[in-house]
Amino acid sequence: METKSIMIVGVGGQGSLLASKLLGRLLVDEGYDVKVSEVHGMSQRGGSVVTYVRFGDRVYSPIVDTGEADLIVSFEKIEAARHLSCLKKNGVIVVNTQQIDPMPVIVGSAEYPAGVLEEMTAAGAKIDAVDALSLAEQAGSAKAANIVLMARVAKYFDIPYDKWVAAIEKTVAPKFVELNKKAFELGYNA
Amino acid sequence: MKELFIGNAAVARGLYEAGCGLISSYPGTPSTEITEEAANYPEIYAEWAPNEKVAMETAFGASLAGVRSVCCMKHVGLNVAADPLFTLSYTGVNGGILVCVADDPGMHSSQNEQDSRHYARAAKVPMLEPANSQECHDFAKAAFALSEEYDSPVLLRLCTRIAHSQSIVETEERVEAPRKPYEKNIAKYVMMPGMAIRRHPLVENRMEKLARHAEDCAFNRVEEGKDHAMGILTSGTCYQYVKEVCGDTYPVLKLGMIWPLPEKLIRDFAASVDKLVVVEELDGFLENHCRQLGLDCTGKDAFTPLGEYSQKTIAKVLGYPARESLSIETEIPARPPMMCAGCPHRGMYYVLSKNKCTVIGDIGCYTLGAQAPLQAVDTTLCMGSSVSGLHGFNKAGGRPDGKVVGVIGDSTFMHSGITGLVNIAYNQSNSTVVILDNSITGMTGHQQNPTTGYNIKGDPAGKIDLEALCHAIGIQRVRVVDPYDLDACDKALKEELAAEAPSVIISRRPCVLLKYVKAKTPLHVNPDTCRSCKKCMSYGCPAISMHGGKAAIDPTLCVGCGVCTQICPFGAFEQEG
Repeated sequence: METKSIMIVGVGGQGSLLASKLLGRLLVDEGYDVKVSEVHGMSQRGGSVVTYVRFGDRVYSPIVDTGEADLIVSFEKIEAARHLSCLKKNGVIVVNTQQIDPMPVIVGSAEYPAGVLEEMTAAGAKIDAVDALSLAEQAGSAKAANIVLMARVAKYFDIPYDKWVAAIEKTVAPKFVELNKKAFELGYNA
Repeated sequence: MKELFIGNAAVARGLYEAGCGLISSYPGTPSTEITEEAANYPEIYAEWAPNEKVAMETAFGASLAGVRSVCCMKHVGLNVAADPLFTLSYTGVNGGILVCVADDPGMHSSQNEQDSRHYARAAKVPMLEPANSQECHDFAKAAFALSEEYDSPVLLRLCTRIAHSQSIVETEERVEAPRKPYEKNIAKYVMMPGMAIRRHPLVENRMEKLARHAEDCAFNRVEEGKDHAMGILTSGTCYQYVKEVCGDTYPVLKLGMIWPLPEKLIRDFAASVDKLVVVEELDGFLENHCRQLGLDCTGKDAFTPLGEYSQKTIAKVLGYPARESLSIETEIPARPPMMCAGCPHRGMYYVLSKNKCTVIGDIGCYTLGAQAPLQAVDTTLCMGSSVSGLHGFNKAGGRPDGKVVGVIGDSTFMHSGITGLVNIAYNQSNSTVVILDNSITGMTGHQQNPTTGYNIKGDPAGKIDLEALCHAIGIQRVRVVDPYDLDACDKALKEELAAEAPSVIISRRPCVLLKYVKAKTPLHVNPDTCRSCKKCMSYGCPAISMHGGKAAIDPTLCVGCGVCTQICPFGAFEQEG
């Protein structure tokens, strides 16, 4: 099997590390060779964050480069656009419609671009937009938006629902398992 | 058991299995998790040391006592620990010593892009470089035996992509390493000239033996390829990029032991291919060695010495076609990291900025104060340089009005700010140092330090009293302010700058991300009182923005610190309760 590449992009503090942990765990359980690459430190302070997940029979590079991503999961509306060049032709972008203003927008030196999702669609990307924040709040906490998005991602995998739930149970702290299972269900059925 | 491990956790697992008894480190991205993970194994004594030099000397002491010991640091930390390293190379070890050093090509979280491999060569010690988490585990595990067999500390070099990438590791059980008895041996351990001069030939001899070991060391291997038009010499993460692009098209000499280098293995490999290509991030370290052997090769003439590589870097140079990609016209605004909403550093920076001070900065989250809109920091060099740099600036009469301060975090002050303050007190410069005490090592992800009163496991520990320390050094004027109180900060700053004596202002409030710091109710803006003057925007709080001409607060980010109420001249920020 050819190596598959997924990017999880967002803003520091949005919980993308947990999402990649969940995905990594699930793919190892499925018997794949897996690499997950993340960056810690400076980038956590409200900056753009990128995590790469790659799986297949034998994975070499831990990072995803130009034109290689089968799927980009974007935790924030414009973050996917920042990494659009990494998307494979016919690749899918699962995007949270949440808007988080970056500092240049906050201080007024730049505008938050409107219509980026439409523009990416016109450029040939398949956009799957979801209001993950609302669904997470419905599940009980805005912090579960990461799991709502992973539920949406699950639709692009041939892995049964129960296995995703099992991976959640293995990766999430016990007191948050129920909340996250609920978030997963809402995201999956949305 | 097969599990996903980040490289750092895999190193910790390898250390554990090899019977490691002590680890002492100073946090530094991307090396921090090795020590954090090692601290989870009860068999290993783990600690945060105040700096890397102390950490390495602690590891040396433990080795002397016969225990397998480790210290970990980021690349620039090895500069701090270079002094013990170079002589540790002469004394050698009793219990094995492993020094883990993590480079940061691309500078994800660093102030330079230095290549630590030069230290192995300069200090004459062996260096291993893993290419995935399994090798992190295996190399760390093998390092102690290598260290003890060759009587040398061993360097393990990681880079960000190895340290922070997860891949599958097969773990094993721990094998205890019995403590070796300590025997007094001044010829080996007392490095005064008469003794050291007799150790030096042993060092040279050891490196020759290690070079022979490198010829058939299991960590160095040739992977066959179909096409001998080219052969690639590589190591570490670059090996993965090469294999990603070329598969098994070209033969690859993959080195795991990158110092000393195996002359015959490299010569034979070069002779088996039409063209030798050396692929390595940063400097032409392997390439220079090949050239020294008289081998013609492609290296930094084709590959950049700058930044982090990827499969694309290799594909481009080797002539593989570029992949198709999508693009849009709209420019996406940058999203740089920034100080958090409610960050206590911001209040002090606001006051420094308002007073138009020249600020000699330091290393930590607070380096971010250099960015717009505060732009409060004038320079950042290395750990501790704020205090000593301030002294030099003032001694040279850098600013006639004297409006110059040094700012340094609590952990950085412990690391290497104290000696700078000693210099201020001793050589009497009229300097004002601001210690930004947020009661934690912030940037690297909340590690305890000597001022916090807790150790690496979160248990109560010795607590250094900053005020008493500054007094003891000889600073008479030491005062503490709350950075959420802008007037108090302004008053303290003006008074200390005006005083004809060295002074320390401790700006004290814990990091808002600490679990015990409870957020208050978010504020909101009364649109009728907001006059759209944008004064609040000069504070640079990520929770405040302008919407429809009026200031607005993002309640998901606001922690209710209330500093904005002190900035708004019209009282538009309101807090309930």
